Amino acid sequence: MKVAITSTGQSLESKLDQRFGRCAFFVIYDTETGGVEILPNPNKDAEEGAGPASVQLVASKEVKKIVSGEFGVKIKSLLDSLKIQMVVYKEPEKTVKSVIEMLNNQKINK
Amino acid sequence: MELAVISGKGGTGKSSVTAAFATIGERLVVADCDVDAANLYLIFNPENNTEQVYVGGHKAVVDHTLCTVCGICESYCRFDAITEIDNRIIISETSCDGCFFCSRICPMNAIAMVRSNRSRMYSGSFRNGMMVYGHLAPGEENSGKLVSMVRDEGKRVATEHVMNTILLDGPPGIGCPVISTVTGADKIIIVTEPTMSGLEDLKRVFEVAQKFTGEAGIIINKYDLNEAMADRIEGWCAARGSTLLGRLPYDRRVTEAMVAGKSVTEMFPEAEISNILIKIWNKLITNGKE
Amino acid sequence: MKIAVASGKGGTGKTFVATNLFNVLSRRGEDVTLTDCDAEAPDDLIFFRAEKTNETEVDHRVPVINKDACTWCGRCSRWCNYNAIFYLQAAKVIEVIENLCHGCGACTFACNSGAITEKPVVLGTVTKFRTEGGSPVVEARMKVNEMSPVRVIKAAIKESGESGVIILDAPPGTSCPFIQTVDKADYVVLVTEPTPFGLSDLRQSVDTLREMKKEPAVIINRSDIGDRGVFEYLRKENIPLLAEIKYDPAIARTYSEGRLVTDEIPALSSLFEELVEKILDGHGTGSYKR
Repeated sequence: MKVAITSTGQSLESKLDQRFGRCAFFVIYDTETGGVEILPNPNKDAEEGAGPASVQLVASKEVKKIVSGEFGVKIKSLLDSLKIQMVVYKEPEKTVKSVIEMLNNQKINK
Repeated sequence: MELAVISGKGGTGKSSVTAAFATIGERLVVADCDVDAANLYLIFNPENNTEQVYVGGHKAVVDHTLCTVCGICESYCRFDAITEIDNRIIISETSCDGCFFCSRICPMNAIAMVRSNRSRMYSGSFRNGMMVYGHLAPGEENSGKLVSMVRDEGKRVATEHVMNTILLDGPPGIGCPVISTVTGADKIIIVTEPTMSGLEDLKRVFEVAQKFTGEAGIIINKYDLNEAMADRIEGWCAARGSTLLGRLPYDRRVTEAMVAGKSVTEMFPEAEISNILIKIWNKLITNGKE
Repeated sequence: MKIAVASGKGGTGKTFVATNLFNVLSRRGEDVTLTDCDAEAPDDLIFFRAEKTNETEVDHRVPVINKDACTWCGRCSRWCNYNAIFYLQAAKVIEVIENLCHGCGACTFACNSGAITEKPVVLGTVTKFRTEGGSPVVEARMKVNEMSPVRVIKAAIKESGESGVIILDAPPGTSCPFIQTVDKADYVVLVTEPTPFGLSDLRQSVDTLREMKKEPAVIINRSDIGDRGVFEYLRKENIPLLAEIKYDPAIARTYSEGRLVTDEIPALSSLFEELVEKILDGHGTGSYKR
């Protein structure tokens, strides 16, 4: 399963970005293969609708779960309809790497 | 915890109330989300400001050396922003919505979309914590994006300085900037005044607040300017089961304090209004603790 | 002649000045219209007994996508600069997010397969009233939960026509809604109060207006509170001061109950009579000469 993690930078040592739609980078992690893909977020500076546009981006990568600090009201129903799980993780000091470790240990769920 | 102070109607004393709240208790982050008319920095004089450029919306600009004045852009623009005057295409910066349509359909590729970079965001420290505020360049569209940026910076600063409370001073009205201020905030405080206009605007802003958050409490400022009207507003609150946080008397010392660059609770801690404000703030803060 | 009554800061008395100016002109038998452009918080009608004569809805057209005709090319989504078309090619999902749509029409044009039609979505209303004195009031009212009042404001100004004196009660702030209102005005009156907040907002309004090549005049409300900063600023910037209105609990009370001081307080009545003379004689421009 692919998981998108919002990241403040382009390495696994970067901290978890607390914003979803306007995060700096998306780290797409594949829990089965352990593969990692890092995408800069083109919607970071969008005037409006950064949330839905970012959903469109991660959904096109066939992500089934997203870990971020918070999700806007507008996109919750969108994610529900796409059956993408939101994981709210309000830990701005945690690194992307530690989130991946928690995913591997199944410590992150709802 | 994020607390947003809003008002619907402008000039009800929202910023003065925010200034008082910000200087009563523990150190906190104040974020001025009224980027159109930021005022709080005048009371708090934040120091060591860092400045960030806010890149605003797009505006269409014509390259007249390429334009053949075919008029296609004019006929498709739905914002009445394009007109032909003296055989020249003129795009009104104030009416342009930045949709890109004209630049995409121009057969001569003569229309470019340009972003403004005249707006700014500042953050620094003030005597009781940290302060973040935005300044929207004159005439810029307030899409709420700069407000979101100010809130994000507020959260970042709060984490960095280990502060639990973020106080948001919101803009007037009920449109985009207000929605950006209240979305996801933990508590909303609506400051109103005992006038017919105050009540009408309260009704509208309350509807917005309800849609975007759970809790909204109401403060009636300058209640003694018209006590009958204050009672009417109180009745309206009761009928809706919404919390009346308190009534504040009209007191010229609020303005005096502002002139001196202080909040009323700092300069006149013994005043009745200060006592009420302190009580309200303590109630807000303790309820919020988990 | 269009006169905009504006203020950067909310609650300085913009509506107070606009309604009373209108009242004085109307009772003199002048051809005058009051247009309430504060579509997020319209309050002018509170002050008049008026009968509704006409109401129009202001809408924009949003896309409706026929999925059977859609070829899943994604062009509409790419052309939308507001991220209002959610599109997933692989999953065959395409959805219009209506509250992000600005109604620019780019997607309809972009669609090569005729899969997009449009439907109107109401943004607000423009309502015309006739007051007891016979003069019209036009009100712009944005729907709650809409994002931007700009289209409703534009429609209201259009509805107000061109005849006689048209008083535009402007929205607070200095961004788009304010600009759309003052852009159409021949003359701008700024209402401020002599406090540091008032001065800061006044400065921003003046800067914005000067960028638009407009020179405003100023009315100082509650002129005996606060400090002298505003007065000094006006002198330095050579901005005409049209009137000073002192703080008076009687004014506050009359206003709070939705009544007009020019009907009830003789001193204020003559103050506004003089103000009207000043504005019309000294600053009547081209289209309107008495």
